Amino acid sequence: MPLTGWWPRAQPVAGAPGVRRLAVGPQEWTQVAEAVAAGGGVLHALWVNGTPAEGAQVYAVYLCAPGALAVELTLAAGDARPYPGLQGRFPAASRLQRAAFELTGVRSSDADRRAWLVHADPYPFTRVDGEGVHEIAVGPVHAGTIEPGHFRFSVVGEKVLRLEAHLGYVHRGLERRFTALPILAGHRLAARVSGDSAVAFSWAYCQALEGLAGATIPPRAAWLRAVCLELERLANHLGDLGALGNDAGFAFGLTQFSRLKEDVLRATAAAFGQRYLFDVLVPGGLSVDLAGDGARALADAIRGACAESAELRTIYDEHEGVRARFSGTGRLGPALAAQLGVLGLVGRASGQGRDARLDLPCLPYTELPVAKVVLHDGDVAARVAVRFEEVQECGRLLRQLLSKVPDGPCTAVLEEPADGAFGIGLIEGWRGPVLVALQAGPAGTVRFCHPHDPSWQNWPALEYAILGNIVPDFPLINKSFNLSYSGVDL
Amino acid sequence: MNALEWLTQLLEGVVALAAAPALLGWVNQCRAWLQNRRAPSLWQPYRNLRKLLHKEVLIAENASPLFRLAPYVIFGAMVLAAGIIPSMGTRLPLVASADAIALVGLFAAARMFMALAAMDVGTAFGTMGARREMMVGFLAEPALLMVILVASLTSSSTALPAITEALASGHLGLSPSLAFSAVAFVLVLLAENARIPVDNPATHLELTMIHEAMLLEYSGRHLALMEWAAQLKLFNYVCIGFALFLPWGVAVGAIGPVGLLVAVPALALKLAAAGAGLALIETVSAKMRVMRIPEFLATAFLFAVLGLLVHVLLGA
Repeated sequence: MPLTGWWPRAQPVAGAPGVRRLAVGPQEWTQVAEAVAAGGGVLHALWVNGTPAEGAQVYAVYLCAPGALAVELTLAAGDARPYPGLQGRFPAASRLQRAAFELTGVRSSDADRRAWLVHADPYPFTRVDGEGVHEIAVGPVHAGTIEPGHFRFSVVGEKVLRLEAHLGYVHRGLERRFTALPILAGHRLAARVSGDSAVAFSWAYCQALEGLAGATIPPRAAWLRAVCLELERLANHLGDLGALGNDAGFAFGLTQFSRLKEDVLRATAAAFGQRYLFDVLVPGGLSVDLAGDGARALADAIRGACAESAELRTIYDEHEGVRARFSGTGRLGPALAAQLGVLGLVGRASGQGRDARLDLPCLPYTELPVAKVVLHDGDVAARVAVRFEEVQECGRLLRQLLSKVPDGPCTAVLEEPADGAFGIGLIEGWRGPVLVALQAGPAGTVRFCHPHDPSWQNWPALEYAILGNIVPDFPLINKSFNLSYSGVDL
Repeated sequence: MNALEWLTQLLEGVVALAAAPALLGWVNQCRAWLQNRRAPSLWQPYRNLRKLLHKEVLIAENASPLFRLAPYVIFGAMVLAAGIIPSMGTRLPLVASADAIALVGLFAAARMFMALAAMDVGTAFGTMGARREMMVGFLAEPALLMVILVASLTSSSTALPAITEALASGHLGLSPSLAFSAVAFVLVLLAENARIPVDNPATHLELTMIHEAMLLEYSGRHLALMEWAAQLKLFNYVCIGFALFLPWGVAVGAIGPVGLLVAVPALALKLAAAGAGLALIETVSAKMRVMRIPEFLATAFLFAVLGLLVHVLLGA
């Protein structure tokens, strides 16, 4: 049965617009996955709520043509049989299923059962044999101040034959921690799932919560949230563009872009009292209203950042050394990207034109269409170009948003949600679509919460992008992906 | 007079030891200014050395004596090289003891100890750095020898003092053959001293390192000596460049107090100019792929050969 056959059976879910929920049995679970894969959809998130002893629900969220489909498979209490694994159709499912098993004890039927988050035994990396093949082990402690992760390269000379990443070093038990918080305070933890996506995660959390509480936020709050989200995107893109220049040995780029990013951050602090916008988004609206001074500071910083970034783009494009490092490096072709279900910015550089701001638009994106940037080269140069284009698009959006912010209050009072109510928030962060699934417990508690970062999909893609490249190009390729460790370690 | 020569020799060694960190500090300052950054102090490399000298030395359990020995050998080789290069005067006791080819051999010996020590502990990064360093070395050495050969054709001697004297007593300005080999020498200098575009001394990305990867296992005074030796190497290369191409200001013939009074400020001025030039090259370049280093050094060799051809065919 094609996906359109399943769609009418699915029920709308509270929270993000365009998300539907479909309860299925084990056979249908596989059939839906097949239908999604056949229709060109991708797996976005997968999580398990419950334990084998108490009974559990396995959820898979697909991004497909009509919208987002959250498929729910209920496993009876005491049923220890594994649920049908999705790895064969959606490679990204493998690590999601393994992590979910370690968090809940509910196992999939897929063959790869290596531990992911739990680091009890030495991780069994796949060995590459052959004349002159040797391994380079990098991390989890690196020479620079970055997040911890282990990378195992199998190389011949400088050429990479295989790369396997092993993450999980910053597992903090976030899902469990959410259940210990009042549901109205969970947005603070959500903002800290991955600090560089604070706005995206806290908006997704608030969207889910407001959905299941049946609340509508004032229009002004929605517009200001979009201002925050685009500021986060702008700041991260500027930072990445500088770091990419630096990783190509072009330190001039780093100093210039760092300055631009700092201007944006300072203007953000002037406007909202927070450089990285932690806890500015709260359930029901915003904790801070934007004043006239702040809006002017923002407008100035954005104008400067866009104009100078356009100039710096010319320098990057025309610099022979930088161009030689960027173009053709770390190529992830559109066909492979589609097969791996790559999301967000990395996907848009490899011909995967998904953008939740257009595909599942909430206010104000319903009134302010985003101009999507899709390139097909899939190399570092393409990921740099997408960032440059999105910086300009951010500038355009921010100017529009700031000029059209409606007047009125910027918070609404939230009713305590009903016990068991379920909602999903889905927001296109700077890295890609961020999802928060939230289920309310009794008396304002959280029964379950699962935050999902698009890095889950894109980490495996990095292992393919490096193939055939040389070892010293890995940091550049890795930076062009710039994936989150804490966001997937949970 | 003999006493004055030995005194000058001693002065030359002390100046090299003292000025080498300042040269690096100056290059870093110029780089910062060119990148619109606030520059670190000129004394920052000295502070780093002092800090490292006071720090505890940690040595891997499986390190052999070679690992402990290498910093002293490499540092010693660089100090000796500083004594051989006629940076202030041409009639110094040590300067006459070795010619340019022996000097290249001295650098090669230091490189060999460096690579062996890097592989000694058996970490992936050390081995990777050593491997890349040897690739750079075996391509840079022929180019450097060819540069010296061209310079020695004009003076009919491979001794650096003879080359310097022949040049300094000649007309002002570079002959076309020397101009070609000067370009080749600058390329070799960048590669041999782990500068951009061949290596990035400021990087924290362990997978891209060449020189830094070989130092990762060193700490404390060993690391201080290795860093100081790297600063001396840069100083020495720049001074070889002066001896071959810009000998003006060097005291030619018997050294007197007047010659020294001219030689020291002349050297300082030339070092400042060379440091600024190096910073400029590094700022406008990006680091190239490791696989393109052979092309880069082949270009250096080609320039040196062009210099040779110009000299032999055109006599210029």
